[in-house]
Amino acid sequence: MNSVFILDPARCIGCQACVHACGECGTHRGVSMIHLECMDRATTVQTTPQVCMHCENPTCAQVCPADAIKQTPDGVVQSSLKPRCIGCQNCVLACPFGVPKYDAGPDQMQKCDMCYDRTSVGKRPMCATVCPSEALYFGSMEEWRDRRQGTPVNTFRFGGQTVKTKVYTVMPARSERIDIRLTDIAGVKR
Amino acid sequence: MLREMDRKGTANGLAASLLLLAAIYFGSGQLRHFDPALIAYTSATVFAVFGIVYRYSVWLQRPPTEMYWRRGWQFFLRPAQLPKNLLMLARLFWNTIFLQTFIKRRSHLRWAAHLLLSWGTIAACMVTFPLVFGWIHFEADPQDPAAYQAFAFGFHAGTFPAESPIGWFTFHILDFCAVAVIVGMALAMRRRVSDPGATSVQQFSMDFVPIILLFSVSVTGLMLTASVTWMEGHNYSFLALLHAFSVIITLLYLPFGKFFHIFQRPANLGVRFYKEEALRTEQAACARCGVAFASRLQIEDLKTVEEQLGMSWQYADGTHYQDICPTCRRKMLGANQLEAIGGPGYL
Ligand code: SF4
Ligand code: SF4
Repeated sequence: MNSVFILDPARCIGCQACVHACGECGTHRGVSMIHLECMDRATTVQTTPQVCMHCENPTCAQVCPADAIKQTPDGVVQSSLKPRCIGCQNCVLACPFGVPKYDAGPDQMQKCDMCYDRTSVGKRPMCATVCPSEALYFGSMEEWRDRRQGTPVNTFRFGGQTVKTKVYTVMPARSERIDIRLTDIAGVKR
Repeated sequence: MLREMDRKGTANGLAASLLLLAAIYFGSGQLRHFDPALIAYTSATVFAVFGIVYRYSVWLQRPPTEMYWRRGWQFFLRPAQLPKNLLMLARLFWNTIFLQTFIKRRSHLRWAAHLLLSWGTIAACMVTFPLVFGWIHFEADPQDPAAYQAFAFGFHAGTFPAESPIGWFTFHILDFCAVAVIVGMALAMRRRVSDPGATSVQQFSMDFVPIILLFSVSVTGLMLTASVTWMEGHNYSFLALLHAFSVIITLLYLPFGKFFHIFQRPANLGVRFYKEEALRTEQAACARCGVAFASRLQIEDLKTVEEQLGMSWQYADGTHYQDICPTCRRKMLGANQLEAIGGPGYL
């Protein structure tokens, strides 16, 4: 897979196309895995999509008591293995990006697996295919650099913890890392 | 390789294998009812027990697993709750292990396939293991040569005429199991080859090998019956060898592959007791938005586990990222990016 996934939340227009397309994915048909959050309804119309960032050393897998979360050789962190997941929700609470979803019916966790049925055969994930504003981009890094500004960054810092991910996030030029501060969302409106 | 083996796992594995050997020795009347022709099956079973207990012990030592294991028993055995817990255990056992209703909620086809595969296999094991170990054996009734006597652990457990519905059923029970497994397997296979979601993530070793193994055990088993019933024992010894081969490979595969979930998955019951306790006790409110999002119990346990795993999610001001709810976490990436680029609008 030579393509990269680049997230640019500031471009999100909240159209929900990704949410609906995600539900069409073959690996979790009918259930959407992408999250689309309103930042703060009272003060801003800004929305932000959240896909699995596919961490290099995934926290979700480390805190899973059932060893149910596996990585493919190309670094995609898979949804829980159905025979193993015991539905404890450790992954839901520990993922630094709030990604895994717990479904009480089958008592299992499910999460974004970068549309592995598609990306493993060279197609784009559902969400990036339909996103009209390129808040979700999947393609070559060269093409992205030709057309866009900023720097794709994939190292995060949460307190004392560093997390490196397969999925990039767009930051101003020359940024090397995103230090996640517990910022006041309302404060970002201009 | 020996030096790399986990000591606790090895000790537990050896203890379990020795216990099984002792149970075989005494259960078969000091080997009087043990058929030496079945020694290969027995050896493979002893190995499988070692492997399963070894892997289970290693698995239990992972920090999150150890935490749930300890907590699960702690909450289950709490004296004040024990009677209620026992009732709940019976109910959980019936729903999740016997009827496997959680699979039904995913799809009826998967549920049917899993019920047939699991119960076909479990029933077959419940019949064959005691027979192989000499715990159960049959003898012709000395008073009535047309009748059979059944013995369990050397004690007379009943007599039945060989040519009767009960006799027929007893001697064909493994055939029924084989048919159940084959039908279940066909349903599972259909999904594995036609479902685009399944085809993209499945692996040969993890998802096909178990199906192929169960299929070969069942088919060779049925062929043995066919050989005796309709072909006057034609090719019987060759088929018996083939059957033994497939059973032994399956036994040896038990600790490694997908079948390990049979032993691991019941941990779900422990998690249920954990969740009960979590519902009864204090809830944790998010340090950012103030909304309750999980139990204090699980949040504090997660912090302990994360520390054991060498993670540090604490900020300089003392805030722990584990106290932030998943919804706020999802907003953090966007919020920090917006802040870095100076508010809405893009680069
Ligand atoms: S973003 Fe969350 S769910 Fe995805 S790999 Fe990382 S820890 Fe796991
Ligand atoms: S919910 Fe399932 S996948 Fe998530 S940590 Fe628990 S057992 Fe693992």
